[in-house]
Amino acid sequence: MTGSDPLRLYRTVRLIRRFEERAIELVRAGEIVGGIHPYLGQEGIAAGVCAALSAEDLVTGTHRGHGHVLAKGADPARMLAELCGRVTGLNRGRGGSMHAADFGVGVLGANAIVGAAGAILTGAVWERRRRGADIVGATFFGDGAVNEGMLLEAFNLAALWRIPVLFVCENNGYATTMPVDGAVAGTIAGRAAAFGMPAAAVDGQDPEAVHEVTAAAVARMRAGGGPELVEARTYRFDAHHTFEHQVRLDYRPPEEVAEGRSRDPVDIAGARLDPAVRAEVDAAVEAELDAAVEFALAGPHPDPATALDHLYASGLTARTGGG
Amino acid sequence: MPRLSYRRALTRALADEMTRDESVVVLGEDIRVAAANVTTGLLKKFGPERVRDTPLSEQAFTSFATGAALAGARPVVEFQIPSLLFLVFEQIVNHAHKFPLMTGGQCAVPVTYVVPGSGSRTGWAGQHSDHPYALFAHVGVTTVVPATPADAYGLLVSAIRCDDPVVVFAPAGALDLRADVTDLAAVPLGRGIVRRPGADVTVVAVGHLVHDALAVAEELAGQASVEVFDPRTLYPFDWDGLVESVSRTGRLVVVDDGNRSCGIAGEIIATVVERVRLAAPPRRVTRPDGAVLPFAPALDRAVQPGRDQLTAAIQLTLKDG
Ligand SMILES: Cc1ncc(C[n+]2csc(CCOP(=O)(O)OP(=O)(O)O)c2C)c(N)n1
Ligand SMILES: [Mg+2]
Repeated sequence: MTGSDPLRLYRTVRLIRRFEERAIELVRAGEIVGGIHPYLGQEGIAAGVCAALSAEDLVTGTHRGHGHVLAKGADPARMLAELCGRVTGLNRGRGGSMHAADFGVGVLGANAIVGAAGAILTGAVWERRRRGADIVGATFFGDGAVNEGMLLEAFNLAALWRIPVLFVCENNGYATTMPVDGAVAGTIAGRAAAFGMPAAAVDGQDPEAVHEVTAAAVARMRAGGGPELVEARTYRFDAHHTFEHQVRLDYRPPEEVAEGRSRDPVDIAGARLDPAVRAEVDAAVEAELDAAVEFALAGPHPDPATALDHLYASGLTARTGGG
Repeated sequence: MPRLSYRRALTRALADEMTRDESVVVLGEDIRVAAANVTTGLLKKFGPERVRDTPLSEQAFTSFATGAALAGARPVVEFQIPSLLFLVFEQIVNHAHKFPLMTGGQCAVPVTYVVPGSGSRTGWAGQHSDHPYALFAHVGVTTVVPATPADAYGLLVSAIRCDDPVVVFAPAGALDLRADVTDLAAVPLGRGIVRRPGADVTVVAVGHLVHDALAVAEELAGQASVEVFDPRTLYPFDWDGLVESVSRTGRLVVVDDGNRSCGIAGEIIATVVERVRLAAPPRRVTRPDGAVLPFAPALDRAVQPGRDQLTAAIQLTLKDG
């Protein structure tokens, strides 16, 4: 698990990149309602982290969560169908972009409440290990989440009870429009230090670097170590959310955006491959996504009569709202 | 069967379910020493892996329980103060409750939240005396308020076995009750019970107020035949059971220790009048709108629904129509 696989890393990064670009097209076409938070530019983090995890390991993602779900192994076609609100989607069209989950591959959901998923993942890893599974977990969150009390409480619980959770901070410099400097007193790594957690900063644009740092942390955790934090420094290439494609918000200087975009994880990972191999991967990803789009758009829309299906796992049925 | 206290009924339910099912674990503050006198003896019997004393991190341990449930546990989370439910409302509603639907049925979140000592504790004032069960009924989280030791046992057992989140309010006003319990058994969720049959008016009483309603019914016995209905579960509510009662009596009074506006009493009345043509306008006795329980005992009592108010409401309903 420690040796990195440049081909796999590139493939994942490329898949997420093209998935997001296709998804944005589908937002523009009105097939994905509500828009998305594009993961463009940050692909190297999910790819690098998930490459160091096993199939049984657990992850949680964020509102900007497509990359996490895909990198952990969810089917892009069912993921895209979910974004399009079809019954063939991962969540049967009940979750959408911000709640996509695939328990079958250890994704306990993207989570749209900033800072909320860390404690959930910590509890899940604890329970699996109590049952004898030798697993670890990784929970992704943005720089905005490091000011959420519930995440800091989760740091404490995980560290106190030595639950092997990798806290992965995707520091893209902004929480929506709020720059890190305007929001974070102290440092992100300092938050970990306060709980006695090791912390490492890594270049989030380089999936191999992310993989290396993660693999080392995961190895320590599997050997009985407690939780760790990785701060992956990255840059969001596109909008906070696709609504920004309509409403331009003035918070990132164009020079900064250009500079940020100059370090592209797709290029960084791609440069490590033979160009012919890279072209093959690109073609395979394209074919997979062509099929995914076709699958997504062919999926049936849910029947409105089933709107509250799955509300209760116990089988309880709720009163309806009509007359 | 010896006399069983309400608290010990909760203890028995926890111990029985932990014995029956390895996936049941208990989390909370100071539970290893049973500061709330509910988790008594559990640490010794089940060990620290299953009886986990938590730091004061309600939001994290509530969601930790959600995560553990997603991974197969049936956690029971004890809260020291009813008002802490406000602190973890986000974790319960936005995550535990929403996960099954949002994931399209990929998971269940069988967590039980227990509040031993909900409502007024006399002298604990504003931040320790809330009774926010209607909030959970509003968001659709299964909510039970056992009135008796037998129900405390039976409803907690059912809550733990339920595949959805359940909040168990154990009212401070009922915690010191003892009863001869002949039959310790699970009590089904969503099923109310007629505590006293009557012919003239149905009084719906929630939690500890069941005992006040029974006392008032007894006092009024010479004048009127009062039926006392204990819903036991507020969500999902036993509408059929209540409609059956009110269809016979034709009159309805609700006594509820929640605030008036958007309280459970309002929901009970609305649903009954949708289904039953009453002989007189229904009435409710509740805490005032927006109530904050003041400290001084006389003020604390003044804000809670009392027997005199209930008696007056019953008499008015009987006089009307
Ligand atoms: C608790 C909470 N507060 C506010 C929001 C609204 N919101 C959604 S994303 C976001 C910014 C999050 O920033 P960050 O954590 O840095 O992640 P990024 O969007 O940069 O990936 C905000 C404020 C939310 N979803 N949850
Ligand atoms: Mg950010």
